[in-house]
Amino acid sequence: MLRDITLGQYYQTDSVIHRLDARVKLAGTVLFIVSLFFFHNFLGYLIAALFLALVIRLSGVPFKYMIKGMRSILFLLLITVCFNLFLTPGEPVLALWKITITREGVYTALTMAVRLTMLIIGSSVMTLTTTPNNLTDGMEKSMRPLRVLHVPVHEIAMMMSIALRFIPILLEETDKIMKAQIARGADFESGNLVKRARAMVPLLVPLFISAFRRANDLAMAMEARCYRGGDGRTKMKPLIYQKRDFAAYGCLVLYLVVSIAIGRVAL
Amino acid sequence: MAIELDHVDYIYGEDTPLAVKALDDICLTIPDGQFIGIIGHTGSGKSTLMQHLNGLIRATHGDIRYCGESIYAKDYDMRTLRSNVGLVFQYPEHQLFEIDVFTDVCFGPRNLGLSEEEVRSRAEEALLQVGMPRELWMQSPFELSGGQKRRAAIAGVLAMKPRVLILDEPTAGLDPKGREEILQQIKKLQTESGMTILLVSHSMDDVAEYVERIIVMNGGRVMYDDVPKAVFAHAKELEEVGLAAPQVTYVMQELRGRGFEVTTDATTVEEAAQAIFDCLKG
Amino acid sequence: MGIIKTIELVHEYVRHDEEGNVAGKATAVDHVSLDIAQGEFIAILGHNGSGKSTLAKHMNAILCPTEGTVWVDGMNTTEDDKVWQIRQTAGMVFQNPDNQIIGQVVEEDVGFGAENMGVPTEEIWQRVEESLRAVGMYKYRKYSPNKLSGGQKQRVSIAGVLAMHPKCIVLDEPTAMLDPNGRKEVIRAVRGLNQVEGVTVILITHYMEEIIHADKVFIMDEGKIAMQGTPREIFSRVEELKKLRLDVPQVTLLAYELQKKGIDLPDGILTIRELADELEKLRKIG
Repeated sequence: MLRDITLGQYYQTDSVIHRLDARVKLAGTVLFIVSLFFFHNFLGYLIAALFLALVIRLSGVPFKYMIKGMRSILFLLLITVCFNLFLTPGEPVLALWKITITREGVYTALTMAVRLTMLIIGSSVMTLTTTPNNLTDGMEKSMRPLRVLHVPVHEIAMMMSIALRFIPILLEETDKIMKAQIARGADFESGNLVKRARAMVPLLVPLFISAFRRANDLAMAMEARCYRGGDGRTKMKPLIYQKRDFAAYGCLVLYLVVSIAIGRVAL
Repeated sequence: MAIELDHVDYIYGEDTPLAVKALDDICLTIPDGQFIGIIGHTGSGKSTLMQHLNGLIRATHGDIRYCGESIYAKDYDMRTLRSNVGLVFQYPEHQLFEIDVFTDVCFGPRNLGLSEEEVRSRAEEALLQVGMPRELWMQSPFELSGGQKRRAAIAGVLAMKPRVLILDEPTAGLDPKGREEILQQIKKLQTESGMTILLVSHSMDDVAEYVERIIVMNGGRVMYDDVPKAVFAHAKELEEVGLAAPQVTYVMQELRGRGFEVTTDATTVEEAAQAIFDCLKG
Repeated sequence: MGIIKTIELVHEYVRHDEEGNVAGKATAVDHVSLDIAQGEFIAILGHNGSGKSTLAKHMNAILCPTEGTVWVDGMNTTEDDKVWQIRQTAGMVFQNPDNQIIGQVVEEDVGFGAENMGVPTEEIWQRVEESLRAVGMYKYRKYSPNKLSGGQKQRVSIAGVLAMHPKCIVLDEPTAMLDPNGRKEVIRAVRGLNQVEGVTVILITHYMEEIIHADKVFIMDEGKIAMQGTPREIFSRVEELKKLRLDVPQVTLLAYELQKKGIDLPDGILTIRELADELEKLRKIG
């Protein structure tokens, strides 16, 4: 059940998108998300959707696999949609008992749903096609100017990379501890909120202990392999822009110009 | 009072392209009071099988009956099943969470909704059963040694008073001394309280001395299901699936191959020594 | 002086109570002196809590001696400015395969140590390839570590150490969490390193069958070296091993039982073939 979360898990294959510099993909994802909030009409979303579809196609990641990852956040999506649907004031189109649905509500809910879906798919394209190490390298390099402000850029990047590496391991562990406690008669599913929260203790305590133990082991293993921060380190896979990266930047700019130009035209 | 598995299949991720058949048409009867070893290498389906027996995983096809009743029947009480069929996972010490050993062992019986008195008496009994020294009962479980932690965790399951106890690699990561102690403790449980024991392991050497029946799993299927001697007779086939018979079996087969008149069914060192001795002197 | 040398090494773990006062002391390593020559295959055997892991952590300057001295390739481990050079000389592989892999992709993990040392990019790639080939994991270089078996993960960890070009590898119970197949894989890889690459190997374990190929075996008990010698010397002392409650391989035990029954076999038989050969000789005489 917990293992179904494919969001953020690297999908191994070889494609144009996989080979792009992480910085391009980072910038692309951020700009794509920003663009979603600029549109005034559905044409903009259409162009965004087409662009996304093209990128997915090029990435070689099966669409089915991507959608599987969406399932886990469907709930979040539904809540957002409901909130917008029922709580937006405006011209009523449907009134049932105490619930009123307004035209504005329908509109916001729809745009919200579309934006969120594309936002999630868009960012998962990035994480699916970029190894976390690569991604954090990209972040580290793009955020390097912040080092002037004493932001520990390298450390942040390393922490993220380690966190990503351990997510699947800890998920598996959660699953195992949960089963072990169920075998001892624990009940995670019934009762009110307080009871349920208390039922989590037998799950969370072992999980935290395990996480600390792993952290301790890992720190030792890293030290044993001469890790001492970012200074004096070389890179196995240094980020160097290639021709294709500049081409990708070009496509990105083109997309932005076209989509926003069309998307902001009032119909 | 037995567990019966009737054509049980289990498929991971059914209806997806990644579907994997983890169990394939398993038919087994586990009568009361037996000490059984379930052997297979990693990924053979032995752990999946084990989790079926107390309903943690639901079979894709087929039926499992406990005491003649299908555990998949509509109103079947899973909680009672789980108290009757105790499951000790691999590295069970990772499930400890309470402030002291005793309270942790109480967790299981308390979940059964028993009276406080009954809970405490069960915890006490369980801790005695695993041979946990009394002065450690009020200590934090996290301060115990590896072997003691494991005992505490096994006691946590025993306190549910199961009639069937399933243990997944109970000796993993322990040193030879700890291994032997735990296995002897488990053997005692079976002989003294008549508990049915299923020991899941990837090592034949570990179980050969203790069990009366061995079920060999391979590729989600039951490959052999027989008394140890009969299973070890297939040393060659076992090797092909990444398992091995006890070393003495190979010694006897080697000697036989060189023309010694020895029987090849010895599974313990004592038996083998006697057989070789008889052969040389006889 | 050998690659690793300890003189009267003592390590005490100090436990503090909530106020930070000393609540108790435990001596994990108790006046241990040993000298390991370059290129040797050493096995250190003992129970959990016998001090063998603590001893291992001294060989890599992860721990500092309470008393005594540890020399790694002539460098004293208490000298702060030598720490990184020591860790580069004596690489270390730990028990839990999941908790020592840093990279998300096998090859990235293998390159991690070399990156930390500041090795130029091109040379890192070369080292990664060589190391992965040495442990037979080259075809998995693009895999996620999560998709590998325990034995494969440990081989990746070994490759990661190898890419740092150490003179010596200390393996702290690398097989304790593996199944029999994984165990065999790892031991095979370790032997390869020793024989083909000439790396000094210090293997810490509690599995007797893993020490058969060692040049020298140390058995630890309660922080002290209880026995030492070649595997054959060690295995010929079955009674002592039993007293330390260590597992003796079944063949050795069988030979010992036969000796007790009055059959004239040499001490310390290690393999099935040896036993069969000896029995055949006896049959010819008898």
